[in-house]
Amino acid sequence: MAAHVGTLPRTRKKPEGLTGFLITVIDYMTTVDHKRIGVMYLGASFVFLLVGGLEALLIRTQLGASNLKLIAPDLYNQLFTMHGTTMVFMAVMPFNAGFGNYFLPIMVGARDMAYPRLNALSLWTFLFGGLFMYASFLLGGAPNAGWFSYAPLTESNYSVTHGMDFWVLGLQMLGVSSTLGAINFIVTALNLRAPGMRINRMPLFVWMTVVTSFLLVLSLPSVSIAMILLLFDRNLGTNFYIAKMGGDPLLWQHLFWFFGHPEVYVMILPAMGIISEVLPTFARKPIFGYSFVAYSGIAIGFLGFTVWAHHMFAVGMPPIVNAAFSLGSMLIGVPTGVKIFNWIGTLWGGNIRYSTAMLFAIGFIGMFVIGGIGGVFLGSPPVDYQITDTYFVVGHLHYVLVGGALVGIMSGFYYWFPKMTGRLLSEALGKTHFVLWTTGITLTFLPMHLLGILGMPRRIYTYYGDMGWDTWNLIQTFGAYLIGAGALLFLFNVLKSLRSGEVAGNDPWDGATLEWATSSPPPAYNFATTPIVGSRRPYWDHKHGGQGDSGAALEMGAPEHIHLPSPSIWPMVLAFGVMVAMTGMLYMKDLAESWAIGDMSVNPVVVLLGVVIVLFAAMNWQNEVSAGK
Amino acid sequence: MENSTPSNHSVGSLGVDSKKLGMWTFMGSEVMLFASLIATYLTFRGKDTVNPPFAHELLNHPDSAFIVAVNTLVLLCSSLTMVLALDGAERGNRRKFFTFILATAALGSLFLGVQINEYAGLIREGLSLSANQFGASFFVLTGFHGMHVAIGVFLLLYAAFRGKVQGFTREFPLAVEIIGLYWHFVDLVWVVIFMIVYLLK
Repeated sequence: MAAHVGTLPRTRKKPEGLTGFLITVIDYMTTVDHKRIGVMYLGASFVFLLVGGLEALLIRTQLGASNLKLIAPDLYNQLFTMHGTTMVFMAVMPFNAGFGNYFLPIMVGARDMAYPRLNALSLWTFLFGGLFMYASFLLGGAPNAGWFSYAPLTESNYSVTHGMDFWVLGLQMLGVSSTLGAINFIVTALNLRAPGMRINRMPLFVWMTVVTSFLLVLSLPSVSIAMILLLFDRNLGTNFYIAKMGGDPLLWQHLFWFFGHPEVYVMILPAMGIISEVLPTFARKPIFGYSFVAYSGIAIGFLGFTVWAHHMFAVGMPPIVNAAFSLGSMLIGVPTGVKIFNWIGTLWGGNIRYSTAMLFAIGFIGMFVIGGIGGVFLGSPPVDYQITDTYFVVGHLHYVLVGGALVGIMSGFYYWFPKMTGRLLSEALGKTHFVLWTTGITLTFLPMHLLGILGMPRRIYTYYGDMGWDTWNLIQTFGAYLIGAGALLFLFNVLKSLRSGEVAGNDPWDGATLEWATSSPPPAYNFATTPIVGSRRPYWDHKHGGQGDSGAALEMGAPEHIHLPSPSIWPMVLAFGVMVAMTGMLYMKDLAESWAIGDMSVNPVVVLLGVVIVLFAAMNWQNEVSAGK
Repeated sequence: MENSTPSNHSVGSLGVDSKKLGMWTFMGSEVMLFASLIATYLTFRGKDTVNPPFAHELLNHPDSAFIVAVNTLVLLCSSLTMVLALDGAERGNRRKFFTFILATAALGSLFLGVQINEYAGLIREGLSLSANQFGASFFVLTGFHGMHVAIGVFLLLYAAFRGKVQGFTREFPLAVEIIGLYWHFVDLVWVVIFMIVYLLK
């Protein structure tokens, strides 16, 4: 293997130096290849992960000891708001979209996503939406009311900067991106499967991405409307959430959590899908109870729509409502438990290889169970009354989102990096990363449960020294730095392995699913001829005996004409136009106020400019499609 | 079921065209969008007891209710003309297609005109976005629907334009069918909104 270092096959020779660099940039800006789009999703998410992590470290530093005043209180509010928003919408979700983009089409044996250009539009809308929201730091102040932005704190008389407007308009862009991406995933997985790739043969990662996509399509509209109403409140004089004017702050909470709870599963289900691929591969066994893992994912997704008000126990709903939502929340423990036992059953009696990917997958099971049990506590209204809005909640959600979702995503990185780049990540560095993260996560988030029970409220800026919270807070801050060190080590591992990592070959893990049957990295067309699938583990059965449950496990179809859509700049231009229009809409209040008194000199020129760019891009896009490109 | 290949985008593994499946999925999202708006409207319905003008004074007035009912009929008729336009596109009957797609667009525009006229009347009565909760939730709900109708009219005109410029290509009936799906959805949502806003006592 080592002899092959530095001799990876290249599909074409590129010019060196600046010209080569510019060609690469233009290639990526105009690409409609799901693999390149996936790589850009993953790269951008990692940058946002580092930024959100930096914000977390600033927060943790400020909380490291009592009475610290390292950060101004107002900046602190902006930091924890942007930390939450970044991690949810710009890191974990697009990580999942990145893996989905790269691997879902290959895993079902398709050439590309169902709508390649729309796929590029999703990417650019996400990227511009994130940049737009971060521009708020330079333009008068970032959003500052928490990632759930409870009304009426978000109204213009309490949040006076344009921060919340940035939040609403930026998140609207991220929502559009996710909706389009989700529709694309659903249609690709349901409609572009290779012959023989029946629904009950789809890899579990594909299953979970489909469930996630349905959650997004059906839940995002609710928060979109909530945010539009907030935008109207802030800029056009409505009073949807202002109680003294007849509005209802709880309307925000209902609309937000009707999205916000399914969103939790949007973040965790793809990670569950990833480890459902990793565990069988490294235990060298089929997954235990494939159908149960798949159907319990659907059950979790379905139940996820019925429990949103468990985030609102403390607002004073009638006992019968609390009881119903509590029951629903507890019920989710059943399909989740089914999955946990399936994973353990997969490991049971397996011939286990403790690769880094496997360690992260096993770490996921352990830490997700801890986080999940914290959730069962919070699902009980009497307990919730005591610990709501304390650090117990913060501990719970970070255990499932860092110890669960992010650790699952890291498992995916170590598992699929060789497929995406042709090179293996360093196992030694990877295992160090694993130790840093598990230690760091435990030190940071386990004491949060304790501090919550001791009464430390969440979102506070500092605290007095006589509360008895100092020691645990210091330990947490130390743990947070360990997580940060692990993330940097991972970045170093990626950069080093890209340059001089061991050449992986096509199938370094003896994998079972279709992505291992093509080269590393896969060619633009994924498979030279269409695979014909006869098994749930087509490539494994193909390598070990050849028979599936109906004929050959994996055959390659007859040669055919390969049509790939040509590159297009217009998805990026269209997304840029949307960002320009959003920038103009920041100032709709000035417009509305001057027009109300008959002063028409203020005009929405920036919005119109954005709309013109959008229409121009859409027209050119349509011309390309009509020309059959 | 399994005779498709991934490179063949016309009919996929489910036996449906991918673009049509995408439109159906998108409509699932749209249903939830309008459900959220209707829930918002119902949250505030009948709660305005202090700030006039009140909903019952404005909406249950026989004249205005009659006009809106006729307008609903206009929109429902446009669904019929849409079906006839699609039939024209599928049979390659150019005259039938152009007649009925333009009729659909005209009916949609008529609906919008009547709605704008209704808004003008309500604003004269003192209703506005900021007047009270009824004004806010009414304008946002019906305004969102009106925006959807406007986008629909734009798409209908685009279909007519495409039929004129590119002719009746092989993909053309499908494009008309997908635009038609959206149009029928917009009609159907209006029936629900009409019942909740104007008929519910």
